[in-house]
Amino acid sequence: MPLPRTRGTALRQRLAELRGPDVPAKALDARALAALAANPGCARRAILDGAGVNKAALASALGAPSAFGQSQFALTRGNAFEAKVKADGGAELLRLVHDKLDRSAEPPADARVPDLTAAGPRGRTARTELELREAAGHPGAWTLLDHPMLALDVAGSPAFLEPDAVVVHPDGSWTVVEIKSFPLLDGSADAAKVGAAARQAAVYVLALEEVAARLGAEGAPAPRVRHRVLLVCPRDFSNLPAASAVDIRKQRAVTARQLTRLTRIEDIADALPEGTCFSPELPSDELTAAVESVPATYAPECLSACELAFHCRARSRQEGAVTSLGRPLRAELGGLTTVEDVLAAARGEAGDPDDPAVAALRRAAALRAEALEAACR
Amino acid sequence: MSLISTLARLEAVSTGRAQPAATVRHRHLGDRPLVFVPLITAGEAGAPLGALVGTDRDAPRLLAVPQPRDRDLRFAFLAELADVVLPYVDSYAEAVEAAERTETDPETGKRVKVEVDLCADAPQLIVPSRAGIDLVRLLGRSTRFRRTAEQDPEAPYPAPPRVPLLGRWLTHFGERSRVPGSSLLLAMTDVLGRHWVTGQSTLEDQHLGALLAWIDPPQGVTGAEAALRAELERDAQGQLTCPPAGPATDPAFDNKLLAPAIERYDRARTALAAAEDGLEADDRLGALSAAEREIRDLVLSRTRPTWDAVWRGLDLLRELPEGARVEERWTRDRWSFTGHRDRVLAGEPPQPRRDDAVTAANKLATREREQARLEAQEALDDPLVMAGRRLSGEAFAGEVTDVVMAYSEGKRPSPRPLVTVRTDDRPHLGERTKVYRSLGGKPQSAEFVADEEDGAYVVLRILDKMGRGKEPEPGSVPEKGDRVCFTLFEHEQRGGAKLPDPEETPWTHGGPPGELTLEAADPVTEEDVL
Repeated sequence: MPLPRTRGTALRQRLAELRGPDVPAKALDARALAALAANPGCARRAILDGAGVNKAALASALGAPSAFGQSQFALTRGNAFEAKVKADGGAELLRLVHDKLDRSAEPPADARVPDLTAAGPRGRTARTELELREAAGHPGAWTLLDHPMLALDVAGSPAFLEPDAVVVHPDGSWTVVEIKSFPLLDGSADAAKVGAAARQAAVYVLALEEVAARLGAEGAPAPRVRHRVLLVCPRDFSNLPAASAVDIRKQRAVTARQLTRLTRIEDIADALPEGTCFSPELPSDELTAAVESVPATYAPECLSACELAFHCRARSRQEGAVTSLGRPLRAELGGLTTVEDVLAAARGEAGDPDDPAVAALRRAAALRAEALEAACR
Repeated sequence: MSLISTLARLEAVSTGRAQPAATVRHRHLGDRPLVFVPLITAGEAGAPLGALVGTDRDAPRLLAVPQPRDRDLRFAFLAELADVVLPYVDSYAEAVEAAERTETDPETGKRVKVEVDLCADAPQLIVPSRAGIDLVRLLGRSTRFRRTAEQDPEAPYPAPPRVPLLGRWLTHFGERSRVPGSSLLLAMTDVLGRHWVTGQSTLEDQHLGALLAWIDPPQGVTGAEAALRAELERDAQGQLTCPPAGPATDPAFDNKLLAPAIERYDRARTALAAAEDGLEADDRLGALSAAEREIRDLVLSRTRPTWDAVWRGLDLLRELPEGARVEERWTRDRWSFTGHRDRVLAGEPPQPRRDDAVTAANKLATREREQARLEAQEALDDPLVMAGRRLSGEAFAGEVTDVVMAYSEGKRPSPRPLVTVRTDDRPHLGERTKVYRSLGGKPQSAEFVADEEDGAYVVLRILDKMGRGKEPEPGSVPEKGDRVCFTLFEHEQRGGAKLPDPEETPWTHGGPPGELTLEAADPVTEEDVL
């Protein structure tokens, strides 16, 4: 259901205000998507990503710079590999798609590679959609969209996404292609990295499905978005591409569910005090106050996914929250959420002895003390 | 993670110092471990940048690759590494002791004892972090199929002579490290994390500098402060003062220091190649070696802090007394080392890229069995680990309050005394649940009979280890007033069903693997060399 126009514009306006005057919106990159998967319940991350705030700049302005950076060696190598895969009108890439996903189709020759350049993310999104519609008018032909731009509605505001490539098959179906620079060694790759790539691709598939639904609404049958994406990696120790089809149905379902569960950005924005702004230009105490006005749910997993993690971690530690030591810890401690509460309960100074969590803690404390004493003797 | 270690973690937060997670050392530490601190190039699989390696903490050997994408330089690095690792490994291959092993006699099919050699000690490789273990595996994989000029004169880009052998050993170390409780290849963060609990999450414990900061903070600083400094503090140049333990380097180091240095090296090399006469070449050679020295210094500056940290970790671990059953597990490592030594000597081909069905199933079975063994042995060696098992209801300790003599029914009555234990623990005992206690290092079993007063008293029937006579041997039955500790888990692990020999692999599992063949080396592509 599209929102009434006025409301949508009002929200866009509000988010632009949060971002600060003249600060361009940042597209939702792979890291933001990973953060979305790692911590869907964090309101702070949701509003910052939703408003397109540059979290890395924000973190530096807060005095807790993120540790993410990319080595130029990795960048050079990654770009060189991607260029190699897409060289020659994407011949090698299309051969891999044909070989791994669609062997019954005609082998690709003379694939269409439309030009997708346009001004701004909105322009590029429109351009991509136009070319996808155009491709539907060429049944039987292969089309390669190199770095298309897609928009996905994340908690009420559009987030822009840029997959490495999307391929239109001769039967009109679409495949997402992810090109990564970690190696496929003897046919297997690092599971964590493949998982991250699959989650990322799942978001692209969801965005494509929205486009497909719009095309379908125009009367023509909606194109099918394939739920097996193509992951292209360097083979073994070489620079030659090897590909593998990855089934992302599960990741797609999980992400779709998380997206529907997200607190609407509007609601978060409405709860903010008037005049809140996250522009990195602001003095650091004002900025800190602005960031603190949105609640965060920090967990150690954030460190590998969110630029703001060090700031949130410092706050979380200051408050003595047990979650800063890991989510599983929180689970076994019942209603006790701070370090001092737990220790006081374990020492018998506080807490209800009938509470099973408190009783278990006291038992654990007694056993631990006994064992350490036995070891000293 | 048990509530006990959670509690220790919270205590660490509140006291600002790591808390013990073990009271004894659960891993073997050799007298002369080989410490290996590698660095790799970002974005490239198996392209080493440099390493510190050696057995002497004051004199590590520095290896560096001034241009990581140059195959010849990479081979030179691997050859140098082989010159350190292989003599070290060989130094353990000579001294052997006689041991017995049961084997199936091929003719009679009976199990017979055979006298074999067992290496008296085994090499031990220590890397800073878990990622280091992955790199050892990766280096093993990238080198073991290489061909030397001697093996195959036709091979393009032959590897230096000992490099394939290095690959086979590194593969063995990497493979063995997947067996729980093994100590042939250890990651310092893992071992420290096994023995101490810090006031940060296990994710953050992967940072060796931060982990050590919690365990042994400098004077006057809390662990939290020291750890934060280790994690984030940067110098005036924007470089981390405590570089990551690797093998990945900090991107800021790559971009600001390493990339310009490599570029200077490349330029110096091009200039040398373009030199027109001897005098000019001499000059430019000087510039080239200066550029190379610069990269070596950079590698040293990033690996030396980690090197020192690994040795400090070793010092801390050596302060703990070794667990009683650690030696037994180390003997298994010695068997594994001896076995691989024999395979290499017998001229067997390198480990295949993929295991055949039977080998893979055997490996999995071994890991499962060793995991169970490790859990049992750690609990028996360490009251703190046992406390965790007691909390979870898998063991109980208490005082013997009553012993009643009873006998089994049968032609020859044997002693089956009933022992009552008073305990505060809440073990999960069902009817006739078997429980075990350690009696002179051997497990004695008993069965649960009844509990009284809501579980405060547990009545057990002792079943074995009391000798053959009608009266139990002295000391074999607990007496009133004794402190005892029974476990619900078994102390010794039985092997599973025997798997068929590889030649007998059923067709459902791919059939016999066929003749062992030498797998082809990875094809070499032009892109390797810039």
